[in-house]
Amino acid sequence: MKTASSIALALGALLAIAAPRAVIAQTDCLACHGDMTLQDASGHSVGVAAHTFAASLHGSLQCTACHTTIKEYPHPDKVTPVECQNCHADQASGLAGSVHAKASEHPCISCHGNAHAIFPKDDPRSAVYPLNIPRTCGHCHGDAALAKKYGLTNVYSLYMDSIHGFALSKGGLLVAANCQSCHGSHHILSHTNPLSSTYKANIPKTCGKCHAGITADYELGVHGKAVAAGNLKAPVCTDCHTAHAILQPTEAAFRMQSTPICGSCHKDKLSTYRDTFHSQLGGLGGYVQTARCWDCHVAHEILPASDPRSPVNQANLVKTCGRCHPGANLSFVQYQPHANAHDRKLNPALYFIRLFMNLLLIGTLTFFVIHTILWLIRSRYTQIKKRSADGGKNG
Amino acid sequence: MADLEAAAAESWEHEEKEGRHFLRFTRAQRLLHATLFTTFLGLAATGLPMRFSESVWARALASGVGGFGAILFFHKLCAVVLTLAFLIHVRDIFTRAFIHREKGIFWGANSMVASWKDVKDLLGHIRWFLGLGPRPQFDRYSYWEKFDYWAVFWGMVVIGFSGYAMWFAPFFAHFLPGWALNAVLVIHSEEGLLAILFIFSIHFINTHLRPDSFPMDMVIFTGMESEEEFKNRRPKEYQRLAAEGKLEARLAEAPGIWQLNFSRVVGFTAVAIGLLLLVLTLSAYF
Repeated sequence: MKTASSIALALGALLAIAAPRAVIAQTDCLACHGDMTLQDASGHSVGVAAHTFAASLHGSLQCTACHTTIKEYPHPDKVTPVECQNCHADQASGLAGSVHAKASEHPCISCHGNAHAIFPKDDPRSAVYPLNIPRTCGHCHGDAALAKKYGLTNVYSLYMDSIHGFALSKGGLLVAANCQSCHGSHHILSHTNPLSSTYKANIPKTCGKCHAGITADYELGVHGKAVAAGNLKAPVCTDCHTAHAILQPTEAAFRMQSTPICGSCHKDKLSTYRDTFHSQLGGLGGYVQTARCWDCHVAHEILPASDPRSPVNQANLVKTCGRCHPGANLSFVQYQPHANAHDRKLNPALYFIRLFMNLLLIGTLTFFVIHTILWLIRSRYTQIKKRSADGGKNG
Repeated sequence: MADLEAAAAESWEHEEKEGRHFLRFTRAQRLLHATLFTTFLGLAATGLPMRFSESVWARALASGVGGFGAILFFHKLCAVVLTLAFLIHVRDIFTRAFIHREKGIFWGANSMVASWKDVKDLLGHIRWFLGLGPRPQFDRYSYWEKFDYWAVFWGMVVIGFSGYAMWFAPFFAHFLPGWALNAVLVIHSEEGLLAILFIFSIHFINTHLRPDSFPMDMVIFTGMESEEEFKNRRPKEYQRLAAEGKLEARLAEAPGIWQLNFSRVVGFTAVAIGLLLLVLTLSAYF
């Protein structure tokens, strides 16, 4: 496509030479527009930095290649806007169907920046150079007023504080996911559109462009299989990791936030987990290395306990529990991490022990609360009576 | 009783102006109580955040003791100290009863073991509450004091055993079935909760906050009480000692002002911490 348009431009230039009257060379235009202070009637700057333009991607083109309506000098005061799609037809058609189609500003330069200083996307001067993309998108998507107006979350700050944002801004990693890695560039669709790269069913594939190994594991697990089978209630990457505020999974904050996420679907498992020491100590802070959901169930290749490959399969428990509890034996792994002390059928021993302990607690306290209240009343009564007998001096 | 009399003789010099004072608790007994309540407050303050880890104050308390990992360390530290104190006490009882052949450890007026009189005292006390009879004449240890003692004794065995079973779970799994590892947490937390609720409400009121002792009974801190207090609280013991002519052997010097002040600071701090923990515990339910 690029070659084809270059040939077309070259042909155009040749034709222009063949008809000398219509030619306006860069130097002719720059004679006036080279002055950076030049303004049009409405006060907009119409100056062009000649050296920057010459070095830019379009530097070899004549001005009229883009400003096609200008044929001669002097030109009219009002000129029609540049139509980028004359050359970049594919990008333009992608944009036309995207969420940015209705953007009122000139959509191309909103992202690509100054039209006379456009550089290849692998050039650090480019507004769409990977390390510059978040800032470019952030012009609008980091703007609280715009976010409010269009009902968008302020994703820029979430992204910049995420593991991807840190890799990009602190590490300067070109491979760190930036906005367009997931959303694409021209043909950006809403996540509600089944064709979008951020549509729920397409998320594993989108993340898998970089995280191929994890995605392969995920697709073997119950969640991956369910999503592949069309069950969109099953979680994809972003349900656990979030879309923009992605944390390093070993970080305390992530260890704290993830258990309730699993529990938002697995409610009964969360409530029984809450009753265990794992949760009670772990709930106090993420630094405590007590078992969270994925420490036992693993995070991506989650298999049912009945599957012999599952770490929570009966045959693998000694190894799985032994990762934290050295010396775990067959008896030790009969411990139930999701025991329900309120379920008489499932955990009868635990049920009756809890019942006994509760009755002991309630019985003891009830007896002594009554005993103490009666005692208090009687003591006070005796005290007052004694004092009034003393002549009411201390009554 | 021999050591009690010896300690009394040691500290007794003269009759105070305010009247005579008698020794109730030996230094060792007071030290045992001090160790008990210090470690118990520590165990409660570090155990409750784990029991109610979802509540806001739990996380604040956990970070307050120096981070999340520290809370379990302090819990275990207090547990080990309390276990040692418990073992020393049991050894002491054992030595006195079986090596020194001391009488009255397991029966009689000075024993902690419940007797028929305790049942009669309980019923008589309730009759007195309701205005149906005279106040029972208590001896050295009343029935509620014996209950406190045995509640703590039983509690330490139950909470201690279940606690160590969790601490050394893989080791205990050699002797215990798998479901027992689930049960020990239920036992540990329920019994711990009972101890906390009981001590910080019933024991505090019965011993310290009721009108007769308000705001605090100092005898467990100073070891001494006045003759009037002795006569009123435990007339039976007073009369028995007087009849046996052993009353003078228990005479002691009145507690010094520094001793009282120190006891007040320690005592009120302990009660304040206990009441705060009680409020936090109840706030998790209501």
